[in-house]
Amino acid sequence: MKHLLSIADLNKSEAISILDTATELGRVSDGAVKKLPTLRGRTIVNLFAEDSTRTRISFEAAAKRLSADVINFSAKGSSLSKGESLKDTAMTLQAMGADAVVIRHPASGAAQRLAESEWMSGSVVNAGDGTHEHPSQALLDAFTIRKHLGMGGTDLSGLSVAIVGDILHSRVARSNVLLLSMLGAKVTLVAPPTLLPVGIQSWPATVSYDLDAVIPHVDVVMMLRVQQERMSDLFFPNAREYSRYFGLNGERMANMKSGAIVMHPGPMNRGLEISAEVADSARSVITEQVTNGVSVRMAILYVLLAGGALEVGSN
Amino acid sequence: MTTADFLIKGVSLPDGKKNDIALANGVISSIGTAFKGEARTVIDAKECVVLPGLVDLHTHLREPGREDAETVLSGSRAGVRGGFTAVSAMANTSPVADTAGVVEQVYRLGQEAGLLDVFPIGAVTQGLKGEALSEIGAMADSVARVRVFSDDGNCVSDPLVMRRALEYIKKFGGVIAQHAQDPRMTVGSQMNEGEISARLGLKGWPAVAEEAIIARDVLLADHVKSRLHICHLTTAGGVEIIRWAKARGIDVTAEVTPHHLLLTDDLASSYDPVYKVNPPLRTEGDVHALREALADGTIDIVATDHAPHPTESKECEWQEAAFGMLGLETALSIVQKTMVDTGFMSWNQVADRMSIAPARIGGYQNHGQPLVVGSIANLVVINPTLKWTVDRDLVLSKSTNTPYHGHELPGVITHTFFKGAATYSNGNIASIGGK
Repeated sequence: MKHLLSIADLNKSEAISILDTATELGRVSDGAVKKLPTLRGRTIVNLFAEDSTRTRISFEAAAKRLSADVINFSAKGSSLSKGESLKDTAMTLQAMGADAVVIRHPASGAAQRLAESEWMSGSVVNAGDGTHEHPSQALLDAFTIRKHLGMGGTDLSGLSVAIVGDILHSRVARSNVLLLSMLGAKVTLVAPPTLLPVGIQSWPATVSYDLDAVIPHVDVVMMLRVQQERMSDLFFPNAREYSRYFGLNGERMANMKSGAIVMHPGPMNRGLEISAEVADSARSVITEQVTNGVSVRMAILYVLLAGGALEVGSN
Repeated sequence: MTTADFLIKGVSLPDGKKNDIALANGVISSIGTAFKGEARTVIDAKECVVLPGLVDLHTHLREPGREDAETVLSGSRAGVRGGFTAVSAMANTSPVADTAGVVEQVYRLGQEAGLLDVFPIGAVTQGLKGEALSEIGAMADSVARVRVFSDDGNCVSDPLVMRRALEYIKKFGGVIAQHAQDPRMTVGSQMNEGEISARLGLKGWPAVAEEAIIARDVLLADHVKSRLHICHLTTAGGVEIIRWAKARGIDVTAEVTPHHLLLTDDLASSYDPVYKVNPPLRTEGDVHALREALADGTIDIVATDHAPHPTESKECEWQEAAFGMLGLETALSIVQKTMVDTGFMSWNQVADRMSIAPARIGGYQNHGQPLVVGSIANLVVINPTLKWTVDRDLVLSKSTNTPYHGHELPGVITHTFFKGAATYSNGNIASIGGK
């Protein structure tokens, strides 16, 4: 595997081996010395054409724990904000000898364009492209679910996951639908009809407009961020009404199955899609998602750049 | 008997009958099974079909303003290679062709190039803004004799503006060519809205945004008893509306592009903007409906929507890229592939859809004429038994944004004749006029 552009690039055993590799690498992070020498001398560029502190520092930490050299290239104040084309940026990175580019970009398909062009030859990791996909987020979500609810299995068979919110514009939802269903989970998408894409019928997921009807039956409730710009674009009447029907509050949380968990890819709008009470509750694994993100991103870089998965049990 | 300039020997007429066609003094001088006289150039055409020279009702020549993408001359060269003897230059240039001055300039550039007739299309509204009517009368009365008006690239979305435009052009028998796209329903749209856009996370351009405007405009055309032409129809639903309107006697015609007869929205999965076009590529079902409608005459013509763009406008992210693809040099081959080789249409119907009907809609004299003695010799000769491979580095357009790079296509055009002169013969463009 050279690139990670979409969950569709992975088959089930490859996905599981990334999760297993992340488990092994997680042990490194728990140790006193948090570094492995695996990627010493390799250069990884974080090309962030869109603001994202959380994902960038997660990839940065992952690369550094594998001893890679990391260059951060962000939109603000860089040539990207001066109208430089993706092609010229890519050729610049190629000239600098980047072994891998982790790209976050507002345009859907930007990572694939970079990977399939002749502009650069390194590996490309999609760290979120427009409203298309965010595969590393889905992998860390699957990792977190497996850790909590996997009952020792390698996949997510038998589990039910609800993804709630702005499915239409969510790259997290697109990657998670593909990955969680591939790993055997039953996925239900919950949103107002305006925030579900036309053409969703072909997705491996069921659709509901009724959060209250779904909540008692799922093992995982994954809340999605509602972007501010959706407020003014007729997707729902106002924030309060959205919150009333699709927000996760204490009352709704009380109807969840015992042992069921709450997830959110962040950053949260407390009081809109999720109440503070829920975000800070014992069911919430939101900060753990962040922790797991580093291990999973280490695993992704390891698989792409060190040429294969880590043997389970090796250290 | 005078000596013929060209003798096209053993060529099949559109109806399939084999004949020798002689050209002299700019006209067809004889048609028969055994030409007896002298000819300066004899073309062995026994594997070939001759059609009246193709007429494109929808071409972006980019001049004035974007001469880096195309000029009237380079577009003319691409046209004759594609078998065209007339093209219609769309109004969305810079400055916009909304005054007599600009349309006369484009017309004159076409005359200077001398390879085919360039008929300028006038803008419906000033600056294509959809608000105030442009100098429609002055353009109609100009040397360019404009009869087709279009804001193509933009939709004339205000129903009152559309009504007034339809009424106004009745004065001289003009036609409004509508780019049917409801602007509010397509803000930021990138591709056909459906399963593929849902998966790719690209903003959808729904079929209803096209169909709603078509439905409104056929009703307006009926109400004011004027003439409407629908540009680049792409949806099965749009076909149904046109079929209904024609059955009702409404004076409406419609065009389909070669690319919408062949390509589908799944090509966007590559995120390669060479497939980004407006209106967008649709589904298999739409393609089938368009082919049937072109064959049964519901759709009147094929028009290329030839849309050259410089490399940097396509060598980028999908959502940053310009809409549009080249069409002139591949149009006839795509029509052979999608309509003739599939059994949907005869060559006779191809002659109608690509020459006779577009010339009639545009009011272009000396084009789309029957192949009879005395007609102006505007002709194309195609060998449908040969294949060729499209190479974007070899196109005659100034731009390279063809979606068919590397495709093997049927039908090699061997000759194009414009007013009796060979503007294109076996790979060579005539050095007529030019700059």
